[in-house]
Amino acid sequence: MSESETPRLDQLETGPWPSFVSEIKKMAGRKPAARDLLRQMELSYKDRVTHWKHGGIVGIRSYGGGVIGRYSDSPEQFPDVAAFHTIRVNQPSGWFYSTKALRQICDIWEKYGSGLTNFHGSTGDIILLGTTTEKLQPCFNELSDEAGFDLGGSGSALRTPSCCLGPARCEWSCIDTLDLCNDLTHSFQDELHRPAWPYKFKIKISGCPNDCVASIARSDLPIIGTWRDSLRIDQEEVRKYAADGFDIENEVVALCPTDALEWDEKTLTLKLKAEDCVRCMHCINRMPKALRPGLERGATLLIGGKAPIMKGAFLSWVLVPFMPMTPPYTEFKVLVRKIWDWWDENGKTRERVGEVIERLGMARFLRDVGLKPLPQMVFRPRANPYVFWRSEQK
Amino acid sequence: MPKAKLGGAEIEVDEDGFIQEPDKWNQAIAEDIARTEEAFPMKEDAWKLVNYLRKYYLDFGIAPPIRMLTKQTGIDLKTIYRLFPGGPAKGACKVAGLPKPTGCV
Repeated sequence: MSESETPRLDQLETGPWPSFVSEIKKMAGRKPAARDLLRQMELSYKDRVTHWKHGGIVGIRSYGGGVIGRYSDSPEQFPDVAAFHTIRVNQPSGWFYSTKALRQICDIWEKYGSGLTNFHGSTGDIILLGTTTEKLQPCFNELSDEAGFDLGGSGSALRTPSCCLGPARCEWSCIDTLDLCNDLTHSFQDELHRPAWPYKFKIKISGCPNDCVASIARSDLPIIGTWRDSLRIDQEEVRKYAADGFDIENEVVALCPTDALEWDEKTLTLKLKAEDCVRCMHCINRMPKALRPGLERGATLLIGGKAPIMKGAFLSWVLVPFMPMTPPYTEFKVLVRKIWDWWDENGKTRERVGEVIERLGMARFLRDVGLKPLPQMVFRPRANPYVFWRSEQK
Repeated sequence: MPKAKLGGAEIEVDEDGFIQEPDKWNQAIAEDIARTEEAFPMKEDAWKLVNYLRKYYLDFGIAPPIRMLTKQTGIDLKTIYRLFPGGPAKGACKVAGLPKPTGCV
């Protein structure tokens, strides 16, 4: 029996989980690049250092992003991954594909690349792993002209907007996430494909405050569906939950973060103090047959979320508590352009919008983009008695 | 490092075609790089961009932010992509003989 070329990587196949090593090995028989990828990775595990060079600028005509250049630092040893560029492909809203589209992507990628894919990267794009510089343009041409796909964002640009599956499959969606995501993607093509800013900017859209795409933590500008009136209660269904032995008092009412619910044991009615409800979705999640979001729907906009690089991780702050979200989304687009302009004017290289706001102050940011400070923007009233005051104010 | 014949001389370039010996840069080299970037013949605005990038790099040792580039030259981003289909980083900076800009993926 011949000895394995990749003894260290092989250990990653022994656990109970799916293994990327097994998947790459499947392709290694057909694609030399997949084999060299494994061999180079084995060396990286041995040397405890990556064998990819830093950087690499490659691309396709008229686009400033969408392709991430990768070069091996040991091309003589691993000639088939000497160049192993990644292509980002803009995913459809909510990641809905026909099998025909998926087959087309895979066929094109087997023709021009390593055949290895990643569905999906954390920004949401389809990731096509590994091709050479000469094959980038013909691969893109076929992806675009034959299969109807476009590249996603990379570098200091608007990254591919992404959204939850929204009204397509979820009764709680308060906005049409799919249409909004598609509309924004088409409206901001220039921002997406031609990097012009201090750093990246991400927009993610969730249909309701459950925030299934974790937009609050993973995007600079989360759009989260919500309602302005009060949630709807079907008392008949509430009584059915109670009759089935569901502990409404402890499972729902006691866990409401703002004590907005009351359970009347005698009359078997659930009462809501609508003004106290913060739309956390807990009660709706626990009693989906009895409780539903309200009818006056729109979205809450937040700002500033990011993962740590320059500074620590930020969760987004509330920026606009409620904005109606109906096509053509003009109010949103006007605001986001103002935010981009402010950030681009004031941001240093590699500074995300949340970091600029932290450095210059939320008060200055709100003033400059023309928004009023609102109670919804703060977590709790502050204990500090000092107030900010500008000298031009009397 | 591979060498490329640019402006009649053998110049060291990296795998993306960025010249490694910025001191040797001259107009003939710029024009030869422009040919590889589908940016030839170079129009007046293309030279304006390249000269601005070149001066900024010699003064500060890095490439300027895009906003500064468009503001100072008065050439908007769309026009930059028309003049250099590879864009400001892959196209214009390469022609101007700047080292490869490092960016975030």
